[in-house]
Amino acid sequence: MIETKDLHKKFGKLHVLKGIDLTIDKGEVVVVIGPSGSGKSTFLRCLNLLEHPSHGEIIFEGVNITSRQNDINQQRQKMGMVFQQFNLFPHLTVMKNLTLAPMKLKKLSRENAEAGAMRLLERVGLTDKAQVFPAQLSGGQKQRIAIVRALAMEPDVMLFDEPTSALDPEMVGEVLDVMKKLASDGMTMVVVTHEMGFAREVGTRILFMDEGQVLEDTTPDLLFTDPKTDRAKEFLAKIL
Amino acid sequence: MNFSFLPEYLPYFLTGTVSTVAIAFFTVILGVFIGIFIALMRLAKNPLLRFLSSAYVEVIRGTPVLVQIFIIYYGLPIHFPNTVIFGMDLSRFIPGVIALSINSGAYVAEIIRAGIQAIDKGQMEAARSLGLTNAMAMRWIILPQAIRNILPALGNEFVVVIKESSVVMIIGISELMFNTNIVRGATYIPLEPLYVAAAIYFLLTFTLSKVLGVAERRMRSSD
Ligand SMILES: Nc1ncnc2c1ncn2[C@@H]1O[C@H](COP(=O)(O)OP(=O)(O)OP(=O)(O)O)[C@@H](O)[C@H]1O
Ligand SMILES: [Mg+2]
Repeated sequence: MIETKDLHKKFGKLHVLKGIDLTIDKGEVVVVIGPSGSGKSTFLRCLNLLEHPSHGEIIFEGVNITSRQNDINQQRQKMGMVFQQFNLFPHLTVMKNLTLAPMKLKKLSRENAEAGAMRLLERVGLTDKAQVFPAQLSGGQKQRIAIVRALAMEPDVMLFDEPTSALDPEMVGEVLDVMKKLASDGMTMVVVTHEMGFAREVGTRILFMDEGQVLEDTTPDLLFTDPKTDRAKEFLAKIL
Repeated sequence: MNFSFLPEYLPYFLTGTVSTVAIAFFTVILGVFIGIFIALMRLAKNPLLRFLSSAYVEVIRGTPVLVQIFIIYYGLPIHFPNTVIFGMDLSRFIPGVIALSINSGAYVAEIIRAGIQAIDKGQMEAARSLGLTNAMAMRWIILPQAIRNILPALGNEFVVVIKESSVVMIIGISELMFNTNIVRGATYIPLEPLYVAAAIYFLLTFTLSKVLGVAERRMRSSD
């Protein structure tokens, strides 16, 4: 579903991604871990071209999205993204946050878009917040809304960049629960996270990144019990 | 203190005030259009447009408004009709407003740019990640939020323009400052007419600030 070929990213002189070759298949839940600054976010943001790779190709659903002729807005509709800082639209109600993109891009009628939004809000138990502005929500609620805002476009893959890192500890669970449900519904997911419990429970595959490279590409169980590289051993020793 | 001139010369101050308000009003309107245009250029992808707009802003901000007014007044190739409205000669009034708007437009462009840049970049990223185009994201996500920063600053620019407009007396526009000088000359009273002018300017700007403050609070509370 997503294939990266020799992906490089430089910020000026800083070489952040140093050749990433991966194929992510439909239905996989890929967890990405690694030390701070190793390029996890940059990798994720390259997948929907929020960062433009300096070199290499990304093929999504058979389309080379890094080619100049490609209109990335088409594929972004199929790739939901969830940010650490939620990034809800503060001037819009929860309902409008959810319906804006479907109405503008899929040309859904207001009734259809709102009906879809209500179904999504039901899935995350927040139907009572439909007419509320984001400022009135807790962190956990904001992130659950951010997830369904992305789901409202009916994406084929969801990208998560440390979705629980900005949350108070007591709110992490409610967001992870939503993500677990999503995974069990068969959503293809790429998740940058420090939540090792989540990685072990729902990850079908784990990538360990260090200094812009994928050093390990395996299953969570194998990585946690038998890391192959010293860098991964060190990293896991620190966080487990 | 000698204010004995007031009863006889009050009409000068009043027509001057009307002119000053008219100049400021048209300057702000035109300046906002220029400012939006320059700000859009500044946010454009095309490097030439970006260069031209930032050069515009830098040159305007780096030269005295007095020089700009003279250049426009003597440099504009068109001659405007000598029709007189409210004591203002259009052949002077129009170049004066154009010069002030060109000046104010540079500041308005900066206000707009700052208002847009103050929006967290995560907003644009979230909008683009949904598949919205850059234009859609601007229209529906960025500008509605930026406008809340921009409007109060624009109101403040209106206040600045009222005060700065006094410099157009130099090309013979009979606004408040010009008329004040007439009164000083005609009465041989050098100081007191200036007090009257100062009081009127203050009344204008103070009232406007208060009105804008109320409008701003209304806007914030309607969130
Ligand atoms: N827009 C940018 N401009 C310049 N440098 C950047 C930019 N974005 C990221 N970097 C740098 O690239 C490197 C990798 O950053 P990245 O955010 O991908 O790391 P990360 O693995 O996600 O780290 P963390 O766990 O702290 O989120 C860092 O050194 C960072 O400072
Ligand atoms: Mg990161």
